[in-house]
Amino acid sequence: MFSLTPLEAEALSLSLLVSGWAVAGSLPLGILCAWVLARLDFPGKSLLDGLIHLPLVLPPVVVGYVLLVLLGRRGPVGAWLHDWFGVTLAFTWKGAAVASAVVAFPLLVRAIRLSLEGVDRGLEQAARTLGCGPLRTFLTVTMPLVAPGVLTGAILCFARSLSEFGATITFVSNIPGETRTLPVALYALTQMPGGDEAALRLCVISVAVAFAALLAAEWLSRRVQARLRG
Amino acid sequence: MLDVRITRRQGAFALDVDLAAGPGVTALFGPSGSGKTSVIDMVAGLSRPDQGRIAVDGRVLFDSRAGVDLAPERRRLGYVFQDARLFPHLSVLANLRFGMDRVPAAERSVAVGDVVDVLGIGHLLDRRPARLSGGEKQRVAIGRALLASPRILLMDEPLAALDMGRKDELLAFIAGMAGRFAMPILYVSHAVDEVLRLADTLVLMEAGRVAASGPVEDILSRADLRHLTGRGEAGAVIRAEVRGHDPGCGITALAFAGGTLLAGPVDLPVGAAVRVRIHARDVALALVPPTDISVRNILEGRVVSVTPAAGHVVDVMLDCGGAVIWSQITALAQSQLKLVPGGRAFALLKAVTVSRSDIADQSRTGRRER
Repeated sequence: MFSLTPLEAEALSLSLLVSGWAVAGSLPLGILCAWVLARLDFPGKSLLDGLIHLPLVLPPVVVGYVLLVLLGRRGPVGAWLHDWFGVTLAFTWKGAAVASAVVAFPLLVRAIRLSLEGVDRGLEQAARTLGCGPLRTFLTVTMPLVAPGVLTGAILCFARSLSEFGATITFVSNIPGETRTLPVALYALTQMPGGDEAALRLCVISVAVAFAALLAAEWLSRRVQARLRG
Repeated sequence: MLDVRITRRQGAFALDVDLAAGPGVTALFGPSGSGKTSVIDMVAGLSRPDQGRIAVDGRVLFDSRAGVDLAPERRRLGYVFQDARLFPHLSVLANLRFGMDRVPAAERSVAVGDVVDVLGIGHLLDRRPARLSGGEKQRVAIGRALLASPRILLMDEPLAALDMGRKDELLAFIAGMAGRFAMPILYVSHAVDEVLRLADTLVLMEAGRVAASGPVEDILSRADLRHLTGRGEAGAVIRAEVRGHDPGCGITALAFAGGTLLAGPVDLPVGAAVRVRIHARDVALALVPPTDISVRNILEGRVVSVTPAAGHVVDVMLDCGGAVIWSQITALAQSQLKLVPGGRAFALLKAVTVSRSDIADQSRTGRRER
């Protein structure tokens, strides 16, 4: 029987925690950005689009370093967060969640935006003529219709967060029990003499978790689609 | 009462519309591209006129001078779209209740049970829109708009996407609904038979302007509007009442201002008010009443006008005891018979040419006589 060692259990639960928060934290902002890109037209739109997509093409290490500069204890944003809210991101699991969220953000926005662009605006007009204001229309008509896209985006975001390594190790380093997620732990093991077997076990765990996430996504998305089709 | 006076420029297309729609069904009629849908979109608040004023029962919805522009959700107008636009993620019942739930209970004038009855959608309530036929979707869409207790119902060619059979069926539902809920309806259409069957008043549009408006019979019978109301379907529309049936001969007698008209069998009760379309091409003319002829309808009248139409054809307008009848004959026949305004003539009309599709029931909709 395959049972987890304390180290593996720690890395796995930390990975799930970090990825879960990365998704939950970036979802509202992701929906907002997707909506702005899909529905509004304004000068500088392609700039915003580029900015959102940047982490997709930048080496993750660059993202991690920029985060460290900005959000580190002495960084302009990090110092402010620490002084006003007592929140420290650098070298904590919260920082790992932020790093994962930033790297996975383009995937989230892309999926939701595509889905929003596919929504029949006529249905929103119909809701308006039936007495719903813009916000209620968004919540009762638009959101249910883009639910499959939001779900896809969230799963992609979660999966990308699980595999996040470069930005994480640069921004929050490798601290056991705090920031040592599955990929970071795996990397550490490969650097250790005699760590081959343990590394292989982590590999198997990673594959299993990723596969489970994809299967769950497939199942959920089918259920949502079926609901729309009646 | 709906008052609309608006202008809008859309590229090269200029819309300049001034119209009023009272109680009953007002048809906004005209060829595609004449601006019909643009007008009701602006009434509903889905697009914005450049200038003008829109008011319903004195309540101003839009006024460019006073800076009033109510959001669609605050206008309280029902809109039935050409493509139904049901919410795919909601059941039929939830779709029906969607607008109703936004209306305070005290202001609801329409009950779910009544709508479900009149539109015959009771067996569909649990279904999703994806499992409905085109006609069923449109009926649910009409119910959904009605249940929001609107002040006016706007309908944008609700039958356009349906096949002939469904069209007929839905026309009956709409006629029944218009009578049952006594709601003013602005009905966009480019099909004469829909207008004939449903509308009291006709607003005729051409290239972004109102070409004419008035009672359906008058507008459809006017020669100068023939190019808009359909050349192929040229004809007069008269009001009549079912006088009696002769099932043995398959004949129905209709009484109208000019006497009695025999038509094909009509399944309406005696006394029913109807609107009859008489195609100009079906009407022949004679100077003396012919005898020993198969034509059952020989109507005496006075020639009011003779208008040349395209291709060596003339339209002759006849006044038969107050009812207008049109006849389309060749210019050759007209000159040989010496038909001129003021002269007497007899309109000859075979009973078989007045068929069921030319007769629209007006009594069932509970319309008052004009």
